[in-house]
Amino acid sequence: MASPQPRIGVVTYPGSQDDRDALWALAALDAEAVPVWHEEERLPDLDAVVLPGGFSYGDYLRCGAIARFSPATAAVREFAAAGGLVLGICNGFQILCEAGLLPGALQRNASLRFTCRDVELRVEREGLPFTSRCARGQRLVIPVKNGEGRYVPPPDLDPRQVVLRYVDNPNGSVDDIAGVCNEAGNVLGLMPHPEHAVDPLLGSDDGALLLASLVDAARERALALA
Amino acid sequence: MRATVLVRPKQGILDPQGEAVESALGHLGFRVADARVGKVIDLEVDAADAAEAKAQVLRMCEQLLANPLMESYEVEIVG
Repeated sequence: MASPQPRIGVVTYPGSQDDRDALWALAALDAEAVPVWHEEERLPDLDAVVLPGGFSYGDYLRCGAIARFSPATAAVREFAAAGGLVLGICNGFQILCEAGLLPGALQRNASLRFTCRDVELRVEREGLPFTSRCARGQRLVIPVKNGEGRYVPPPDLDPRQVVLRYVDNPNGSVDDIAGVCNEAGNVLGLMPHPEHAVDPLLGSDDGALLLASLVDAARERALALA
Repeated sequence: MRATVLVRPKQGILDPQGEAVESALGHLGFRVADARVGKVIDLEVDAADAAEAKAQVLRMCEQLLANPLMESYEVEIVG
């Protein structure tokens, strides 16, 4: 019998900051949360991977530009190419964009200020491995905390890749985009931090809807491969 | 070979740093428009001649130094 508990890795880069919160949140949602060090060239046996927030490699040159070359990022690229589920949060989103796993780029906030507050999001696409517990149009309250969160899509972005939009845009992102997925729908990046919103004590547990969707999808995958 | 790379925000890409600089210059009494903030990267390149050095640095720009979606770049080989 396969274990019902899916294994979800969280990559720690030098300068990652929210890796522990991500591990904690995934464990709270009944996943086996597995720390992955950035030097690991091969991922352990995983059903999904999370790239956490923070300031990998000091955000030097551009956010995420150096982390793209980490051995673990190369392994995540292979994992995603094989259909593996990958979620990038904040700096993790920036890394996925720099690595070419997601379209677009993240730029300095239009306000030039670091913004740290709860924001309201609207779910634009349901039924993804990351949004199966949400309904289209549903509002989620999840905090952002970034200085470079202004999403700029490529000119040819397929609108179906927009998964989340800000209700009240905090950073000047084009078309209010807060989260995008790849064409296949197995890689999602978003600037807000669902791992900081998994307990009502923290102001909202709406982030748990996204992360629990991921845990569900990872569990299905684990059972399918078992 | 000494090389200098100029990386600029592309035309049409919002540059809030440039806008802030423009506004601050306005407060100093300067009348300016269209301020844009980019970055300079100086490098020492191991290459036989200027053409080879330039080709190398252009590859560096494509692969790392600039994000072609957001930024344009110019390479100057100083010699």
